[in-house]
Amino acid sequence: MADTPTSTLDPADIESHSFDVVVIGAGGAGLRAAIEAKSRGLATALVCKSLLGKAHTVMAEGGAAAAMGNIWPEDNWKVHFRDTMRGGKMLNNWRMAELHAKESPDRIYELEAWGALFDRTKDGRILQRDFGGHRYARLAHVGDRTGLELIRTLQQRAVSMGIEVFMECKILRLLKDSEGRVSGAVGYWRPTGEPVTFKAKAIVVATGGVGRSWKYTTNSWESTGDGQALALWAGADLIDMECLQFHPTGMVWPLSVRGILVTEGVRGDGGVLRNSEGRRFMFDYIPPMFAAETADSEAEADRWYEDHLNNRRPPELLPRDEVARSINSEVKAGRGSPHGGVLLDIASRRSAEYIRRRLPSMYHQFKELAGVDITVEPMEVGPTCHYMMGGIRVDAETEATTVPGLFSAGEVAAGLHGANRLGGNSLSDLLVFGRRAGIGASDFAEGFTGEPSVDPRDVLEAISEADAPFLRDPGESPYDIQHDLQESMQALVGIIRTGSELEQALEEIGKLRERATKVSVQGGRGYNPGWNLATDLPAMLTVSMAVTRGAIERRESRGGHTRDDFPNPDPEMGKVNFVQRLVDGEHLVVPEPLPEMPDELKALLEEEAH
Amino acid sequence: MAELTMRIWRGDPAGGDFIDYRIPEVEGEVVLDVIHRIQAGPAPDLACRWNCKAGKCGSCSAEINGRPRLMCMTRMDTLPTDQPVTVAPMRTFPIIRDLVTDVSFNYVMARQVPPFRPATSGLDGSFRMAQVDVDRGQEFRKCIECFLCQDVCHVIRDHEENKARYSGPRWFIRFMELESHPLDTNDRRELLRQRMGLGMCNITKCCTEVCPEHIKITDNAIIPLKERVVDAAYDPVAWLGRKILRRSKRSAAEALADAPSYAAPTAEDLASRKSATGPSAASPSAASPSAAGPSAAGPA
Amino acid sequence: MSTLEDVKPTPVTLGGTRGGPAVRTLRRDRWWVSPAVTVGVLTAFVAYATWAAFQNANYYVGAAMHRDLISPFYSPCLAESCVPGSHPGFVITWWTISPAILILIFPLGFRLTCYYYRKAYYRGFWQSPPACGVADGHASYSGETRFPLILQNVHRYFFLFGLVFNVILTIDAVMAFRMPGEGIGVSLGTLVLCVNAALLWIYTLSCHACRHLCGGNLDKFSKHPIRHRIWKTLSPLNARHMLFAWMSLIFVALTDLYVRLVASGVFHDPKLF
Repeated sequence: MADTPTSTLDPADIESHSFDVVVIGAGGAGLRAAIEAKSRGLATALVCKSLLGKAHTVMAEGGAAAAMGNIWPEDNWKVHFRDTMRGGKMLNNWRMAELHAKESPDRIYELEAWGALFDRTKDGRILQRDFGGHRYARLAHVGDRTGLELIRTLQQRAVSMGIEVFMECKILRLLKDSEGRVSGAVGYWRPTGEPVTFKAKAIVVATGGVGRSWKYTTNSWESTGDGQALALWAGADLIDMECLQFHPTGMVWPLSVRGILVTEGVRGDGGVLRNSEGRRFMFDYIPPMFAAETADSEAEADRWYEDHLNNRRPPELLPRDEVARSINSEVKAGRGSPHGGVLLDIASRRSAEYIRRRLPSMYHQFKELAGVDITVEPMEVGPTCHYMMGGIRVDAETEATTVPGLFSAGEVAAGLHGANRLGGNSLSDLLVFGRRAGIGASDFAEGFTGEPSVDPRDVLEAISEADAPFLRDPGESPYDIQHDLQESMQALVGIIRTGSELEQALEEIGKLRERATKVSVQGGRGYNPGWNLATDLPAMLTVSMAVTRGAIERRESRGGHTRDDFPNPDPEMGKVNFVQRLVDGEHLVVPEPLPEMPDELKALLEEEAH
Repeated sequence: MAELTMRIWRGDPAGGDFIDYRIPEVEGEVVLDVIHRIQAGPAPDLACRWNCKAGKCGSCSAEINGRPRLMCMTRMDTLPTDQPVTVAPMRTFPIIRDLVTDVSFNYVMARQVPPFRPATSGLDGSFRMAQVDVDRGQEFRKCIECFLCQDVCHVIRDHEENKARYSGPRWFIRFMELESHPLDTNDRRELLRQRMGLGMCNITKCCTEVCPEHIKITDNAIIPLKERVVDAAYDPVAWLGRKILRRSKRSAAEALADAPSYAAPTAEDLASRKSATGPSAASPSAASPSAAGPSAAGPA
Repeated sequence: MSTLEDVKPTPVTLGGTRGGPAVRTLRRDRWWVSPAVTVGVLTAFVAYATWAAFQNANYYVGAAMHRDLISPFYSPCLAESCVPGSHPGFVITWWTISPAILILIFPLGFRLTCYYYRKAYYRGFWQSPPACGVADGHASYSGETRFPLILQNVHRYFFLFGLVFNVILTIDAVMAFRMPGEGIGVSLGTLVLCVNAALLWIYTLSCHACRHLCGGNLDKFSKHPIRHRIWKTLSPLNARHMLFAWMSLIFVALTDLYVRLVASGVFHDPKLF
């Protein structure tokens, strides 16, 4: 392993590649964007931090929402649009919600044409399942491993097209040319630690979420917020960073698996939430906005699974923010389960055979990790950090960011989900906007004249910054900083927030940033997890800061953002996005008005609402 | 509090050895938790791959007490802790460092699978498939690509030279998924026989034993494929039947023309392109990931 | 058969340094128990079957004892030397050694090429590999790609012969209800032959080749509902093929032993009703 100090590094010795389009992140959105660019005949590279096919998309369980109307012919894009907007508490970018609702069925059919095997209806169409916030059964799914199906299909498609994949390659910084366009990226190979640069006419950032900075999260180690940070550093805008979704049902016991996702499909397929007294407490928490369409008796709720038209939905299927907050309240009121969650019970409501068929991976997950047989016993569940609704601000049509040449799609981009994402909308988001980002980037690359150029000084600066921890001894352990960051964010910027705690969090993050400049790592550069973590810390700290700053500014409760000191939504705040950007090194947070929705869509929301 | 001893392989291509780590026992942990505590404590540079820690991504494959398993799905309370728990990297693949191996072999083999090819595009949502027709394929698509089956398979575990002509259980289930797909039009049986080494498998079922997704690899994929290859190549009655009835699928040679190995760049292609366009044609190849990285589908 | 010679395979880089110590296995459990048991039981069966086949006596209990019981090792008894009453109606005159040798090749071939027994003896006898994660006992390996192991591919034909034998042994079991001189009845021997036939049926029907021929070779089950139903019925049996293989193997030897004991007069076959 080469341990040469990089100060002596000659830029000419750094491995360099040149492409038309470079996609950073090989989850669903990244793969879909790369497929689109490659199908246009452009030289396309896919760069990812892990092995191909391991991205966080595999963790998605429930399904991909698309108004195909295979179960309920009444369903169409207008209903889906309305559900998405209402679920997002109207903070969504209306155009993205419209495009998403219109295009997702085609994206699902496309997957099927590439070999995906969705569960089927009796007449051979794609089966759709019920999910929280969706008026009709709308989620195309494969048992409870839909994300795996989606990423495998896209991965196999990408491989069959000959897209070049740079696996286990971490990107440290985006590079810009003299005209301010994004023209490349610099990173290093995790197996060897050797630096590598990419020159590109257009770059798509599709790096996913930020959950790694919280203690209890459904996210994998990769979700360090790299893309949000890369874009912010490159001068792009972030919006809605305060809107972070806590999934209502994560495992709570044993401690080592705390936070692991329990799919919403359990509730979609008949599971109910009970407190320690055995009460279906969700009936106590139905908000006025959803009262008209939510059942108020157990009998009606139970009838709904068979007859959607004449009954109202069970309250367990309210949008995720509502359910997560309700669970939080029950636990706080002392009616929680032994390990600080509530009980999710499907065992007493569905046959063992049905549960094993519909929820095979949940069955195994509980059996093998917790020793719980979910066909016999209830599960203990509680809220866990799950999804970042906010992120990079993009143009709805092209997914272009505010920096020329930089595009973004998937969880890292913002707009579609507003203040709260509906289950199932993330997988269709990846497909719809992954494709659009691929088209946007391809158009940009095709219109690009000349060759992309990067400044070698930027490359060397990024590399020497990453290498700095090797030269410090003694210093802070990167693991300690990560641990302290996770503790702070969990305690202070969690599911329920207050102004004083957020200010305290800001202070903590400031201290951690200071400590992060003193990080020291041991060992060589090749596959050194301590060093890898040290290079992830700047992004984790940057997005933690952005979430906290956004949360301080939004003095109201809306969707995934709940303020104890401002418990209600504020109509004025509902008209703005909080935009975050770096101007001359200063991190600004400014409110900017949401794009104005055209009247016909407004009318749609009015007329559809009961 | 009780202590346990973890005996972990530390090393790289130059060599290595087991190192013992003493660490307190914590209730309800899996092997990966203990590895993480060792990383956060005595060995911050201990290399291991992991992502989801929930048995869904298939990254943390290793050999625990000599058995190929996922570290995130192996609970410590299922292992005897009165003696050291050994954790070694997958034996079949070249080591990168500590518990991390170069699994690029699997990605090379992935590129030789002729993909799904339906008779009509299906982009308009016109595909109709019954659940009974997709049940078989869905079992194989549960695969999380942990490559434990490839690791345990003695055909390549104990006989390195066979890697050139054996795709392994992971790709056999992929082939079976495609061969039994109700709408696929490719016939990959000759490819399996002549190139993918289906005949190398002696059905000793270790792949099925280690599969964390409990896929019945041998009974439901390899043996049915062997029987389909018998239809194509060894059974005179089936051969006669094919002569009389019209063949409906595209031959293996035609199917192979779709195989990604054609489209995707090979290691040689990438090396030459890199030296042509890179700033340094003389970059030290020994230190570059081209030689050591697990990035086969990339610049392996 | 199409040739793929003109298609260049993607090269695989060979010879990287492996991780872990250079030892046969790191397993600490008693992995050698299972292959050892396999070797023990199969060796015992082969030894007994060879002895029984060459004995050429005591394989039939006839009218003299008011019974019609024939050992499965000797049925159908086709040689001229077969004892009276054991013939199916015709004989092969030129066969002069034990009639068991003439027919045992078929059940032997069926079990030898069976997908389960292949696993058992490749692991147990050939040590290739002895157990999962334990090194192969051989320097080179070509699997079932060359002669003679390529012949394993004829398994389906042995399966078809196996069906014929099952019919014959079923007839034997039905005939065992006849008690010459005493009418129709059930003896312990009748039950033994019936159970033996049943176990052989279930072993044969759970065969992988059977599952393939009945429906496994289809891509569209929905177009062939009857064959799909057969396939679905056979699949759970197929999953227990190993169990049925051992049960039927051991019971067929016990059946021969029972007939042998009765025929040699060591034991009297009790009539139950």
